Amino acid sequence: MSPSTASTDLPASIREPVVEFVDIQKSFFGVPVLKGVSFRVEGGRILGLVGENGAGKSTLMNLLGGNLQPDAGELRVEGRRYAPRDPKDARASGIAFVHQELNLFSNLSLADNLFLSDFPLVEPRRARFPPPEAPGGQNRGHAPQRALESKSGWRRRLRLPWIDRQTLHARATELLQQVGLDYPPQTLVERLSTGERQLVEIAKALSADARVIILDEPTTSLSFRECERLFALMNRLRSRGLALIYISHALGDILRLCDDLVVLRDGEKVGGGTAVEFNHERLVSMMVGRQLSQLYPNRIQPSAGNSVRSDADGTDLNPPPAEPSTPVLEVRSVSRPGAVRDVSFSLAAGEVLGVAGLMGAGRSELARILFGLDPHASGEIRLLGRRLEGNPRQRIRRGIAFLTEDRRHEGLCLEASVAENMALVTLARHCRTPVRWLDSAGIGSAVRRMREAVRLSPTVLESQSVRTLSGGNQQKVVLGKWLLAEPRVLILDEPTRGIDVGAKFEIYQLIHHRADQGAGILLISSEIEELMGICDRILVMCQGAIAGEFQRPEFDRERILAVALHPSKQ
Amino acid sequence: MSARPRHWIQSLLDSAPAALFAVVLIVFGLWSDRFLTVANLTQILNQSAATAIVATGMTFVLLTAGVDLSVGAVMFVGAGLAGKMALAGQPLALCLCVMAGVGLLIGALNALLITRLKLVAFIATLATLYIGRGTGRWITQTRAINLPDAFLALGSARWLGVPLPLWIAGLVILSAHLVLSNTPFGRQIYALGNNPEAARKAGLRTHQLLAAVYVICGFCAGLGGILALAQLGAVSPKFGELYEFDAITAAVLGGTSLFGGRGRVFPGTVLGAVLLKSIFNGLVIVQADPYLYPLITSGIVFLAVLLDSARQWIRAGS
Repeated sequence: MSPSTASTDLPASIREPVVEFVDIQKSFFGVPVLKGVSFRVEGGRILGLVGENGAGKSTLMNLLGGNLQPDAGELRVEGRRYAPRDPKDARASGIAFVHQELNLFSNLSLADNLFLSDFPLVEPRRARFPPPEAPGGQNRGHAPQRALESKSGWRRRLRLPWIDRQTLHARATELLQQVGLDYPPQTLVERLSTGERQLVEIAKALSADARVIILDEPTTSLSFRECERLFALMNRLRSRGLALIYISHALGDILRLCDDLVVLRDGEKVGGGTAVEFNHERLVSMMVGRQLSQLYPNRIQPSAGNSVRSDADGTDLNPPPAEPSTPVLEVRSVSRPGAVRDVSFSLAAGEVLGVAGLMGAGRSELARILFGLDPHASGEIRLLGRRLEGNPRQRIRRGIAFLTEDRRHEGLCLEASVAENMALVTLARHCRTPVRWLDSAGIGSAVRRMREAVRLSPTVLESQSVRTLSGGNQQKVVLGKWLLAEPRVLILDEPTRGIDVGAKFEIYQLIHHRADQGAGILLISSEIEELMGICDRILVMCQGAIAGEFQRPEFDRERILAVALHPSKQ
Repeated sequence: MSARPRHWIQSLLDSAPAALFAVVLIVFGLWSDRFLTVANLTQILNQSAATAIVATGMTFVLLTAGVDLSVGAVMFVGAGLAGKMALAGQPLALCLCVMAGVGLLIGALNALLITRLKLVAFIATLATLYIGRGTGRWITQTRAINLPDAFLALGSARWLGVPLPLWIAGLVILSAHLVLSNTPFGRQIYALGNNPEAARKAGLRTHQLLAAVYVICGFCAGLGGILALAQLGAVSPKFGELYEFDAITAAVLGGTSLFGGRGRVFPGTVLGAVLLKSIFNGLVIVQADPYLYPLITSGIVFLAVLLDSARQWIRAGS
């Protein structure tokens, strides 16, 4: 696994830099985003690209992927100048981009997705004969493609644009096997899980004969097992001599997986080298440019009269006074076939209750039931002692808030402004009777108060469309929207997914702050460290049921994971 | 780790047009013994030919989540021009080429408005609808043109016992089906309709694809116009009117989604077109009140769109 051994058994040519960034500069509307970044990417190695949101990672990769062009500086691929005009150019140069949001076509088959811009076509002369390598698929999948490419130009041009299904399926099967997906190539993508779709994206990169694969936050929506599967695949690709560029906020994964690291901050490369030179703390302090003393905020345990903390931001949200340790939410034997089984727990005022589990363990499904998005077949939910029923609108009135795991599609109206998004849930409170005319001044002041409270970046305008915000700021807008409603129970589903370290810390503080004001917090997260860092108690779900419960003193990563994987071993 | 099973409601919805077709055949068949005869069924197919061709072109457009409202106007302009030329003694072949050419031209205009000027398809083709209608009226001076017999002969000609319009429709449908299902171009249209942004990122030439779809639709409208004209033998000021709704209804009834990315020419759209015409044919045979027709049409359009939305809900839910 050490970088040197990984590259010595490869031909010398591969050790040459595959991609070089030379003094790359780029600005948007006069704001410099990249200020002269230089580094190189080598074959047979995984380069980890880290930095806070807005550090310039995405811009850099969009330059390489042909989505953007640099203002100054040069890109080189295998020593030659490389100036892609569009993604197609990049593909032709062997550069494949696996985007954070997957770019698959759910209505098409796996095979169609893999070869969409490069379908194998029927040869005019051989159309009647079965291709020699036909259904077996043991041969290397690229062989027929090479054979096609070597045909003289006129025959290529004379070919009918007729898809050779046999070759297509043979090659697709081969590629799917390489990434470890055991589906027939005719399977529609819409039948696959997110993790499986990610693997299809990588298969797509392989189909284009990519030499460089850029993976932008590939693990954000993957389960633990799916991540392991992805990492194993990445290691296999590395040993085949491919260069991989891996972007992630999961620094543990970065350190474990990558051979080389490049750290970006504010559009500059602030560090780099082989991964062995780095550890978690050094990486974090480089990324944020200051020593982050800790990743998780300290919390004074909730007790009566302790609703204002020393580091609170001074905003008064008029918390409903609630006795600590009074249950705000009680869940009794709630079941929904196929989703959750006999779930019971209670959530105290001021408590931060974590929910751990693998993807598909029923955590988000439970949240949806609590919020009234999905019905439950049996069981009972009580909020402050009274039965909780009805649709989300009625439940919001009772004091439930739900930050979903998909902030772009479910949490925000992307084209709407920061202010419009924040005010959305509480609009009714700013209506003037009798004609229910909106009180814009009231909304404006509430939004201004909340943007201070959630520490939205001061450069963000309230009239700005949230689409243009970074992930961290977007999440703060969603959180602010719910905090304005002053919820008694705040359900958070993966609130820090895809968010940089600095913003994460601030979101943790906001969660604690709300808890200190007497709300019960239900925090769903796939990062066990995060749950251990900020929760008072952790429930572990497995296959729809609660498989274990841990109090703060008993927190132990291995044990929690063990319960999440095998509930019987508890 | 197994693929999600198909939702049974989805399977039910997918077979809804076929079931509806069976119901229509049975109901009208029981109602009148003149409905389920070889002659009448051939008649239905013959009447469906023009609609099926126009709906085939419309399917291409709908697959990209667009819409083309100008098809009826295309038919009118082409017919008007061809009628004038035929009366002036121009050869039949030239007249027909002009009709198809008008389709290509207006299709290209739509493509230009949508891909270059970035107009919304609905608005762009609404504009060309009025441009087409206006031009057609100006050409015909809103007078009906009776065409030479050569046109009518074309509509009633048979080859191997099968009416010529059916041959033409069959050829168009077959080509369209093969193009959509088995050429890179066809598969890329589906991709474009499913996720235009991803299609762009995948390096597809989205503008060319989109433009091609409108040109194809225009061309099909031109061909459909030829068939309709050959069967009617005259150009009235109302020629081709509301064909856009017939075409969209046929395509959507046949399972093509207004949301893009889903649908097939065969059997889907073809079945939709035949279903639509069977209903009208049946209504005529059972001598239904003509004032009921608009109500029934709107009922069918509503049903088609409801089915499409229901399919969309199921997909979103599963």
